[in-house]
Amino acid sequence: MTQTVPPTTPVATERVAGDPALSVQGLWKIFGPRAERIIGTPDAELSRAELKRKTGCVVGVKDVSFDVAPGEVFVVMGLSGSGKSTLVRMLTRLIEPTAGTVEIGGQDITKAPDSRLRELRRKHVSMVFQHFGLLPHRKVVDNVSYGLEIRGEKKAARRERAMRMIELVGLSGYDQSYPDQLSGGMQQRVGLARALANDPELLLFDEPFSALDPLIRRDMQNEVVRLHRELGKTMVFITHDLQEALKLGDRILIMRDGQIVQVGRPDEVVARPADDYVREFVSDVPKSHVLTLRWVMRPVDDQVAPDTPVLPCDTVVREAARVVLDHNGPVLVAEGDRVVGMVDDDDILRVVVAEER
Amino acid sequence: MATATVARPVEPGAAPPPPPEPRRVPRWVWALVVLGLWILVWSFTRGDDTLFVSGTEQTDLHERITDIADGLGGSAITGVIADGINAIVETLQGLISTPEAPRPAPQIGWLGVVAIATWVGYAVASWRIALLVAASFVSFGLFGFWEDSMDLLIVTLVSVFFAVLIGFPVAIAIGLSRTASRIVTPVLDLLQTMPTFVYLMFVFILFGIGAPNAVVCTVAYALPPIVRIAGFGIRDVSPAAIEATDSLGQTTWQRLWKVQVPMARRTIILGLNQTILAALSIAIIAGYVNGPGLGKPVLSALTQNNFGAGLVPGLLIVVMGIMLDRTTTAASERSERVARGGGEDPRRRRIVLGSLLVPVAVAVWYSRYAIDAAVFPSNDLASSVASRANDWMESITSALDGPSGAFKDAVTYGLLNPLQSLLAESPWWLAYAGLLALSLVVGGLRALVPAVVGLTGIYLLDLWNDTMVVLNMTIVATALVMVLALVFGVWMARSRRVDLIVRPTLDAGQTIPAFVYLIPVLALFGPTRFTAIVAGIIYAAPAAIKLVADGVRGVGETVVEAGRSTGSTTWQEITKVQLPMAKGSLVLATNQGLLYVLAMVVIGGLVGAGALGYDVVYALAHADYAGKGAAAGFSIVLLGILIDRVMRAAADRAGPGR
Repeated sequence: MTQTVPPTTPVATERVAGDPALSVQGLWKIFGPRAERIIGTPDAELSRAELKRKTGCVVGVKDVSFDVAPGEVFVVMGLSGSGKSTLVRMLTRLIEPTAGTVEIGGQDITKAPDSRLRELRRKHVSMVFQHFGLLPHRKVVDNVSYGLEIRGEKKAARRERAMRMIELVGLSGYDQSYPDQLSGGMQQRVGLARALANDPELLLFDEPFSALDPLIRRDMQNEVVRLHRELGKTMVFITHDLQEALKLGDRILIMRDGQIVQVGRPDEVVARPADDYVREFVSDVPKSHVLTLRWVMRPVDDQVAPDTPVLPCDTVVREAARVVLDHNGPVLVAEGDRVVGMVDDDDILRVVVAEER
Repeated sequence: MATATVARPVEPGAAPPPPPEPRRVPRWVWALVVLGLWILVWSFTRGDDTLFVSGTEQTDLHERITDIADGLGGSAITGVIADGINAIVETLQGLISTPEAPRPAPQIGWLGVVAIATWVGYAVASWRIALLVAASFVSFGLFGFWEDSMDLLIVTLVSVFFAVLIGFPVAIAIGLSRTASRIVTPVLDLLQTMPTFVYLMFVFILFGIGAPNAVVCTVAYALPPIVRIAGFGIRDVSPAAIEATDSLGQTTWQRLWKVQVPMARRTIILGLNQTILAALSIAIIAGYVNGPGLGKPVLSALTQNNFGAGLVPGLLIVVMGIMLDRTTTAASERSERVARGGGEDPRRRRIVLGSLLVPVAVAVWYSRYAIDAAVFPSNDLASSVASRANDWMESITSALDGPSGAFKDAVTYGLLNPLQSLLAESPWWLAYAGLLALSLVVGGLRALVPAVVGLTGIYLLDLWNDTMVVLNMTIVATALVMVLALVFGVWMARSRRVDLIVRPTLDAGQTIPAFVYLIPVLALFGPTRFTAIVAGIIYAAPAAIKLVADGVRGVGETVVEAGRSTGSTTWQEITKVQLPMAKGSLVLATNQGLLYVLAMVVIGGLVGAGALGYDVVYALAHADYAGKGAAAGFSIVLLGILIDRVMRAAADRAGPGR
């Protein structure tokens, strides 16, 4: 199969243009005695098993660097043990990094004193957890307002804010319930409301929907999409579910054994897996749902009819199918005003029916 | 099947099988060898160097300790503490128990106290608990022990207050810090290994007799449960909740008071419950040092072997125990329910509680003026119950004379006497060597240090012979406890129905203070060491049975099923699968059995068991003998630690059965 990548395709990288909301540089976590001495030595290059045998230390996260742009949804994906949960915890130092820096809003937090760190957690970054972490002895409204309570806000003010958050996540009427009286999905909505109550710029999600039923999970994913649209917060979202990653992520970071395997937009990851590991991962994905015309178009040849329809190059194949199949002959693909390629019935059917590319 | 081929690995990367272990002589063979040698040497040297010290004899060491003890007692600090405790206890006594001159009655009469207690029962738990509390309090008065009951309640609650005051911060410390936990745990272990009786002796040296001794002892004894259980509760709070709330930027202080303590509330109240029961059980024994309370009438009945007279206060102790246990348990359940949003409308409840205060206030006011509401009207209920119980007991004893006598004789001549003559009539060096060797056989090398330290210490304390007598009783009683534990434990583990019937009985048995067991057993068997042994068995059996039952049930269902599928009989299933796999629990049950029995055998010093317990009792009554009593106390502690450490080493060796 030909693997012609159009020269115009911008490849997403670890870095973003402009000032990032979050910037991670050379982040390491090694669990075990005297872990900090390992970094920089040849031992650091050993595989996990060898390092464990030699020093008794376990590598959680290995030299990870990336940026997240303001307003972006950045998904970190990997299987269990890949280090993704450790990574997200290091972003607010719930786990102390062994080495590297984490900058949030331009400030390095890895060396911040405790008071500064508390300030950060109270106002700028919130987290949603897989197992919710609600307090069973507090009502929903008191759980949601917990973050406001510990930063010393007046009772009336924090109640009012909590009630708005409860409404925002669709739990109106449940404010006086206790967590035990709610279903798993509703409990996670409480967790979400609690995270939002602090009005953070950055939201971290640690596999928030893994413990939920598939149907409820889909609901909650849509909820996140909606909230992101309404509030425009920067999000870092951890998951082991590729579908979830593709659905939510502006960019996806794939981790394995504590290291970055690939960073890219969803269509990029599916169209151009960095290695066999990722290829294996994405092999089940219905490609027509993810790939855009950019990945299937061919260079334009000269004989194009003047009334040929033009489609934007980031149209998903499945959505473009009707137009292309209805039209007799190839359809043009444009990036902005510029025509960059064309697709015909064959190109579409190859992806939709034969799942090829 | 002979295979000459090179072994194929089971799965890629699997470790090669370990080399076969050399055949070793089983431990029981070594134990028999040690015993055989011991008996052999004993037959030549019997009666030499037994280091016997008679009941009223003291050695130089004991007199020196008496002098030191005299110096320790009555110091400025203990004086201040004693005065403080006396002031608190006497104030409370004047309030609800003893007449406060010039009044013929305490400040609040019985009716007022009942009303207050009932209200508290309702406030912390429920109507049902309130009724139980009211009935309990009325029974204290009805049977003529109002004053003693209130005294016991005062000593218990004052002690619990101080135990919580001291214990809760410690619990928080061990809940938050691993280091603190490592430091505190051995101290708690020691406090819990010490038989209750020993506390009395040591505190006696510092505080003499009376309420201060009772309170200090009770506080010390009641501390471990609250510290351990509350500490565990705080440490056990879900890490997910802690992490989630940490991520919101809470301080350590906020985490403690807003997350950890509220989430551990149920466990903390459970710790409080255990602390109250522990306090009650030792507050009674404080009758020995003239501590106020129901212990005193029980004690005097025991010394006169008057079953009926001891029965009524004994039962009232049980009533108080059940009342306190049920109330705190129900309070813990209620608080958890309310905290999670169950239960009733809080505002309505506040109004009900508030309005109920009106009749309480009326009752209190009335009990201050009407003599019948102030002093419980006297009746002869207690004495008629006592005499009826005595008649009844007499008919039972005469009816059971044959069987109980035969049982007593069988145990005495079959087990007690032979073992006692081996332990106590051996020269001390022979017994020392024999016990050390047996400790090594049972516990392995890890038992060496505790065994040497324990035995040497006992030797140096000049009460070797008495200690051997106590050890003998302890071993015999524990052997019988383990027979019971195996029979009932396996039965309970194999049948849910038996478990459902027996377990509540055992639970109830464990809430009854040790002292109470002596009353009926003494009536049956008279003042001999045998009484102490039987009481020890009854006292220790519930804990041991439950441990065995849980251990056997803990054996995986699949393993039992696999055994059954090979066609094993029930007997084979028990002896070849369940018991070997529950070995760890069996050893643990034996350890608990030994310690419980030891505690009881020592208390039995009062009712004819003699030896170390008697040395302590005698010293409590004769201040010149304080040194000997203290030496006896130390000997008991050393014996307890020795037993505990050796058995723990054995339990660890028993390995994966746990």
